[in-house]
Amino acid sequence: MPAMIEADNLTKYYGSLLGIQGLSFQMERGEVLGFLGPNGAGKTTAMRILTGFMPPTSGSARIAGYDVNTQSLEARRHIGYLPETVPLYTEMTVTDYLTYMGTLRGMASKQMAHRIAEVIGVCHLEEYRLTYISKLSKGFRQRVGIAQAILHEPDVLILDEPTIGIDPIQVVETRQLIKGLGGNHTVILSSHILPEVSMVCDRVLIIHEGRVVAIDTPANLSAHLRSTQRIEAEVRGPSAEVMPLLRELNGVQDVRRQGDGLVATYVIEARPGADLREPIATLVVQRGWGLLRLQSVEMSLEEIFLRLTTSEEQ
Amino acid sequence: MRNIWAIAWKETKTYFASPMAYIVGAVFVGITGFFFVDAISVPFPVASVRGFLDRAVLLVMPVWAPIITMRLLAEEQKLGTLELLMTAPVRDYEIVLGKFLATLFIFLGTLLLTLWFVLLLFFFGDPDPLPLLVAYLGFILYGAAALAVGLLASSLSPNQIVAAAVGFGVLLLLTFMQQAADQVKGAASTILGEVALTGHMDDFLRGILSTKDVGYYVSLVALFLFLTVRLVESRRWR
Ligand SMILES: Nc1ncnc2c1ncn2[C@@H]1O[C@H](COP(=O)(O)OP(=O)(O)O)[C@@H](O)[C@H]1O
Ligand SMILES: [Mg+2]
Repeated sequence: MPAMIEADNLTKYYGSLLGIQGLSFQMERGEVLGFLGPNGAGKTTAMRILTGFMPPTSGSARIAGYDVNTQSLEARRHIGYLPETVPLYTEMTVTDYLTYMGTLRGMASKQMAHRIAEVIGVCHLEEYRLTYISKLSKGFRQRVGIAQAILHEPDVLILDEPTIGIDPIQVVETRQLIKGLGGNHTVILSSHILPEVSMVCDRVLIIHEGRVVAIDTPANLSAHLRSTQRIEAEVRGPSAEVMPLLRELNGVQDVRRQGDGLVATYVIEARPGADLREPIATLVVQRGWGLLRLQSVEMSLEEIFLRLTTSEEQ
Repeated sequence: MRNIWAIAWKETKTYFASPMAYIVGAVFVGITGFFFVDAISVPFPVASVRGFLDRAVLLVMPVWAPIITMRLLAEEQKLGTLELLMTAPVRDYEIVLGKFLATLFIFLGTLLLTLWFVLLLFFFGDPDPLPLLVAYLGFILYGAAALAVGLLASSLSPNQIVAAAVGFGVLLLLTFMQQAADQVKGAASTILGEVALTGHMDDFLRGILSTKDVGYYVSLVALFLFLTVRLVESRRWR
């Protein structure tokens, strides 16, 4: 079976400003993927490309086998989308709004009433079906937004920060609602809250400043974080000598070399806790080699994680 | 087609559900009514609609049309609902045509109220029905062009006031071109007169139906709607 969503090297620049760079991933039917990243990471940009709202600067994406750029209309038929701002026509009642969106999504009028009753039940909006949207609280508007996204039973659901700005009890309910949607739908949701994506998602894609930092299951990501720490060192020196001496350093578990010749990048896996940057620098300098770059790679991921973990308390 | 109707129907309902509709409608009928009475309150009144329609063209529509259209695309941008429309399986031109159709419905609905004046004409006088029909047809075509201008203005920004001001400005410009054409001579005069919005109304109001004038308004509507679609599309590139 082909993948439900395929993103291939999606890149988007706003003028000269980077939105996202080189985003690639695949999703199977029924999977729930979380885009995790701080504000400005590029989550909304990625979603707007996938939903066909705007074309990527380069790269391509397919929804249910249809290219979002060249077969936009077909691709859009398979998508339910909740934008970050939860746009609603406030002068309409909940039922009128859902009927309108259902019509535009190509639903037959015969099934409409039945299906609207169904999603109103799923989203717990029974008491508000004839209420004007302008009279609803933020949390209930969010539910109306989710209701319009799932109304036409799309294969793919894209929810941009579905729990932002609503009160804690509604957050819990909304998360449960979304969790229940996986299985029938292929879901992408974005969030800047780590516990939320770990709770709801099968896989997490971490974006930072437009670039993918990691993509894996929540369990693997945290296990990986606990077990190792990675340092990249770009060194000018004979690799036959550099490799063994780096391996001998206390705390080093593995060293790989990228590139050959006199200047190469060494990727050093180390035990967590030990910061090996100083010993490495000392070693290189003592030997008279050139140290061109020294960077703790996993540290940045950890930092992102830390920021994400703490932001929910705010 | 279904999408166009759905959008047109929704916008028409929204419009008539707001009190604004009735205020704007009342003002329209009030002012045109004043022109109507004024036009027949002369020593030898002529039983025609020319007297009030030509002043409606000059003095009412440049303000009225932008007020009707200002909300239509500006508010979608402000609320962000345009993002939902543009990610639904709806073509960009269907959005624009749906909105335009709604403005036509609103315009025709309001125009129905002026049929009262026509009834009065038939009651008290003996008007020739054909020129009446031609005059109304011309006014509808002119109105459609004015509304297309307003819709284009509404696509420019999320701000309704800006939309109304730009629409008013462009209509004023297209109207004053006629005045300018009357001032100059030669080719310049011809060109200005052909481009101007109001000159093409003269024959209609005299009861003369010419394909050239119909063609002018129809092409103007097509041009402005085409530009509006392009502007809506360009939202995807920003
Ligand atoms: N319409 C836009 N025009 C210019 N820059 C934009 C636009 N939308 C987003 N950006 C920029 O692109 C980057 C990613 O933004 P966004 O995708 O909204 O991030 P996130 O949703 O993760 O907060 C940010 O630096 C943001 O300023
Ligand atoms: Mg965002």
